[in-house]
Amino acid sequence: MTGRATGRTDLDSASAEPLHPAARDVLLAALERGYADPRRLHRAGREARLLLDNAREATADALGVRPDEVTFTPSGTHAVHLGLLGLVRGSRRGDVVVHSAVEHSAVRHAVSWGARAVEVGVMGDGRVYDGDLVENACSPGVGVVALQTANHEVGTVQDVGGFELPNDVPLFTDACASMGRLPLPDGWAAAAGSAHKWGGPAGVGVLLVRKRARWRNPFPGDDRVDERSTGFENVPAVLAAAAALQAVVAEREEVGARQHELVDVVRRRVAAEVPDVEVVGDPDRRLPHLVTFSCLYVDGEALVTELDRRGFGIASGSACTASTLTPSHVLEAMGVLTHGNVRLSLQRETTRADVDAFCDALPGVVAEIRSRVGM
Amino acid sequence: MNEQVNEEVALELDCRDLPCPMPVIELARQLGDVEVGELLAVVAHDPAAAVDVPAWCRMKGQDYVGADTADDGAPRFVVRRVG
Repeated sequence: MTGRATGRTDLDSASAEPLHPAARDVLLAALERGYADPRRLHRAGREARLLLDNAREATADALGVRPDEVTFTPSGTHAVHLGLLGLVRGSRRGDVVVHSAVEHSAVRHAVSWGARAVEVGVMGDGRVYDGDLVENACSPGVGVVALQTANHEVGTVQDVGGFELPNDVPLFTDACASMGRLPLPDGWAAAAGSAHKWGGPAGVGVLLVRKRARWRNPFPGDDRVDERSTGFENVPAVLAAAAALQAVVAEREEVGARQHELVDVVRRRVAAEVPDVEVVGDPDRRLPHLVTFSCLYVDGEALVTELDRRGFGIASGSACTASTLTPSHVLEAMGVLTHGNVRLSLQRETTRADVDAFCDALPGVVAEIRSRVGM
Repeated sequence: MNEQVNEEVALELDCRDLPCPMPVIELARQLGDVEVGELLAVVAHDPAAAVDVPAWCRMKGQDYVGADTADDGAPRFVVRRVG
């Protein structure tokens, strides 16, 4: 819930969505029933194994893939690392990864750890230059192309599946920002998702590897139920994540349409009511629930703090809010203003009243921060 | 870093030690101190300036000339006042 009872409106579901109601009961029941080691042959072990297999089937069904293509991981980040680096390891062509300049840092870190990078630029709306992507993919030594389904900071949807790549260059898609909210695209060999972004519990990632993909484990193996996973499975959390995913997929037409309209309201009102503001990302082909804008002459940290004081929880890609003190590489690659940045992402229950309250409060907050520096 | 801007810079702002978004704020404040057609430069170590100065130019209808370096090698961003 958006937190009306507490007087707070958290608009940062892209960082973490509250647990979906459909997941809560499942989680509690599974904590009782699913504690045992799913590899053991005794009754409790078989029970845990049954729940794990159910979770795998439900996830596969919700995503339109085969159950044996689904692996649960301890995080979305780990699913990205495994998926991408496993394709690199399986490649016969080489260890170069061609990726867009706006990939999540999980992709960038994986590439800098275990591959060589060729970065492809994006247009002002965040969409990758597809011609450059394909051209680079054809170069010798290229093992994998990595392209996100949708951007986690600005919401722009990429045309994954719309590219003609060489037959022996597989595509990895980071679907963490969109999984559950949008159907999976076609054309990928491996994909990654993250449960806490769709309303499942934290600590559950989903790795998808196509049946025919050349994927080799880039990390030490293990002797678990699933050859691609390592470590003891968190069966209750995985089952709750699957329940949340099913529910989110079942209701996404209705929720997505509502969120898309609410984000349109934010885009329109912010552009009209805040002077010197830049609303970024593709206005139409985007994630339903997410919008980003930047305000000239405003310190991003002050904006986060002042909005929080007024009850609104938002994220920012501005340099002063980042641990690295560098601006968001996504905004940088798009060439849009990086300071005074707000990323707003709606929760499942965010209402028109919540959005209007935010839009009502914002111009005064921006004006007040600007007045501190005489602007 | 790009080639040095050949044309004379009418005013160079020392924002070397200023954090984001102060270099852009200084730029906006001092724009009126150069004539239309003249160049104004901001020198800043702030990593956001390389993106935010061109973005500011686009938003405020000024002309971004390019990036070069100040005498001490610090990054410098050059703007032409258009209006």
